[in-house]
Amino acid sequence: MSSSTGGAGSATEQSAPDAVPKSPRRLGDVVFSGASLGSGILILITLLGVALFLVVEALPVLTAAPDAITGGAGFFAYVWPLVLGTLMASAIALLVATPIAVGIALFVSHYAPPKLGNAIGFVIDLLAAVPSVVFGMWGLQVFAPALGDLYQWLEDYMSWLPFFTEASNTGRTLMTASLVLAVMILPIITSVSREVFLQTPKLHEEAALALGATKWEMIQTAVLPFGKPGVIGGTMLGLGRALGETMAVTIILSPGLFTLNLIGSGNATIPSEIALNFPEASGLRLSELIAAGLVLFVITLAVNLFARWIVDKRSEFSGAN
Amino acid sequence: MKLQRFGSTLAIAMAATLTLAACGNDDPTTAGGDAPASSEAGDLAGALSASGSSAQNSAMTAWIAGYQGVQSGVTVTYDAIGSGGGRENFLAGAVPLAGSDAYLDEAEQTAAVEVCGDGGAFNIPVYISPVAVPYNLPNVGTLNLTPSVLAQIFDQQITNWNDPAIAADNPDAELPDMDITVVNRSDESGTTENFMEYLSATAADDWSYEADKAWPVAGGEAAAQTTGVIEVVGSTEGAIGYADASAVGSLSTAMIGVGEEFVGYSAEAAAKVVDASELVDTGVEGDLALDLARDTTESGAYPIVLVSYHIVCSNYDDAATADIVKNFVGYVISEDGQNTAAEAAGSAPISEDLRTQAQETIDMVGSN
Repeated sequence: MSSSTGGAGSATEQSAPDAVPKSPRRLGDVVFSGASLGSGILILITLLGVALFLVVEALPVLTAAPDAITGGAGFFAYVWPLVLGTLMASAIALLVATPIAVGIALFVSHYAPPKLGNAIGFVIDLLAAVPSVVFGMWGLQVFAPALGDLYQWLEDYMSWLPFFTEASNTGRTLMTASLVLAVMILPIITSVSREVFLQTPKLHEEAALALGATKWEMIQTAVLPFGKPGVIGGTMLGLGRALGETMAVTIILSPGLFTLNLIGSGNATIPSEIALNFPEASGLRLSELIAAGLVLFVITLAVNLFARWIVDKRSEFSGAN
Repeated sequence: MKLQRFGSTLAIAMAATLTLAACGNDDPTTAGGDAPASSEAGDLAGALSASGSSAQNSAMTAWIAGYQGVQSGVTVTYDAIGSGGGRENFLAGAVPLAGSDAYLDEAEQTAAVEVCGDGGAFNIPVYISPVAVPYNLPNVGTLNLTPSVLAQIFDQQITNWNDPAIAADNPDAELPDMDITVVNRSDESGTTENFMEYLSATAADDWSYEADKAWPVAGGEAAAQTTGVIEVVGSTEGAIGYADASAVGSLSTAMIGVGEEFVGYSAEAAAKVVDASELVDTGVEGDLALDLARDTTESGAYPIVLVSYHIVCSNYDDAATADIVKNFVGYVISEDGQNTAAEAAGSAPISEDLRTQAQETIDMVGSN
């Protein structure tokens, strides 16, 4: 995650004295630079292709009469509850997963004995290989019913908050979906954070300890500032997965109109709305769904740009200094 | 570090395996085409592509497989893109056969003249599937519901199982003091549309919503696909839902009020209501579009059914296409074809009368 690239090219140019003729480029150099350039271009073309497809297929919605859109009040009225639902689910997932992930990463990198740490890291990585449909089935059959009592308790004692007004009988709520999402994005944030924490310069850590810092103070002053861009980067990767997660949300959530109540049925996310309605959609309805996909694409792009901006702004903490 | 390297390699390998495995579970229809090539049967050769209703999909898969034994030279493919999409494709001339849960209406019949010639298109009912009302009340063995009570439950006007309106029809049942959890489909579905059509036809006073593929009442429990509804009803005490009868498994299902009696779903009862239905006059001679008699009072008929059609042209430009379509739909409505679908999809075989009528219609298909 640190910005260690750049400067390599200029260094070789400087080191080549003017008098010596240019050394012939080796085949390996040519092939490798061509292959990496090709890969870079390919990903841009793919992204462009996806964006073009979304825009072209979504166009009919933008020109259609408002009452022809589902809900009868135009595309914006159709899509904003979905956007809010998606953002709410992802935000809760992130709020829950990030502290836990950073905690696990710190434990693995700085507290646990190396062997135990490696074993835990391995298990966490395995979590990333579980297909989302399995998370969905687990959420529906085990997790949602188990949360039913908690939701009832929240309704009984916390209903003065708008988030806990009416409990669902089945536990298939946005809260359940968000918590499952949190479990799903945990491995990504954890492994990225672990890797950056491990890269904290030993000198920084030892300097902090030498100044009389306790272990926690050392982590606070040396490890966390160094790892911040990496943690943010990992969080954004996790957010990307949470925003786009389809199957688990589709299976777990009982979708409905937008509501602030997190423990009752209601709300919907863009990916699950698309997955639910795509098989039977045709004509304008199909365009609506693709337009909703375009909105999600734009949101994801914006989130990533924002994250990149934060990471760049904080890059003075990383690497070279 | 060694262990980490190994770990990440293993994780990547596992991820790749899982991804590949996910790609592998496609429906077997595509592979079925060249399988029984050794046992030559039939005298037709060619390809038939159809698209439409996803309700028919599992039946269609079975028909395509079964048809290989009748005409091994014909490759049939079915694309379950939804009834609306199927009709659109058919009217655009992209496919010679569409599967649809709704028949071509008058406007569509006018459009069909463009592709099918002046004779228009035929709607042939080929797939009858009862829609059951599963519920989860462990101590209630039989539950009788009149259309009016059913409509009020699904409209969330009746919210507790011990409501006097339910008790009136179930004098012997011990109805618990428990909230009713209404489970509906979260995706757009022909099952939802048919269920709502039934409620509109039989309980207009208690059901004010217009039939649509999307469920209209907010605040209920919504679940994805038929399996999702069954799963949620099965795991939630006090839940009631509606689902394709073939999927309900071991769940108890409600007896539905028809006239003075209460009828449970069965293949015969579902076929009976189709026989009691009248043909719609679509202006096409021989068309079998049905106006389902959902408000029938005929004894022993189960009125909540989904009927799906095959839509074919009365006239094809190409004689080979006409022959294949006639032969394939002929197989579909045959006793063999209907039993195949009943086994694979749990549908109700069409009656002998309807089969005779359908065969007459198929015989009218020609080519120029």
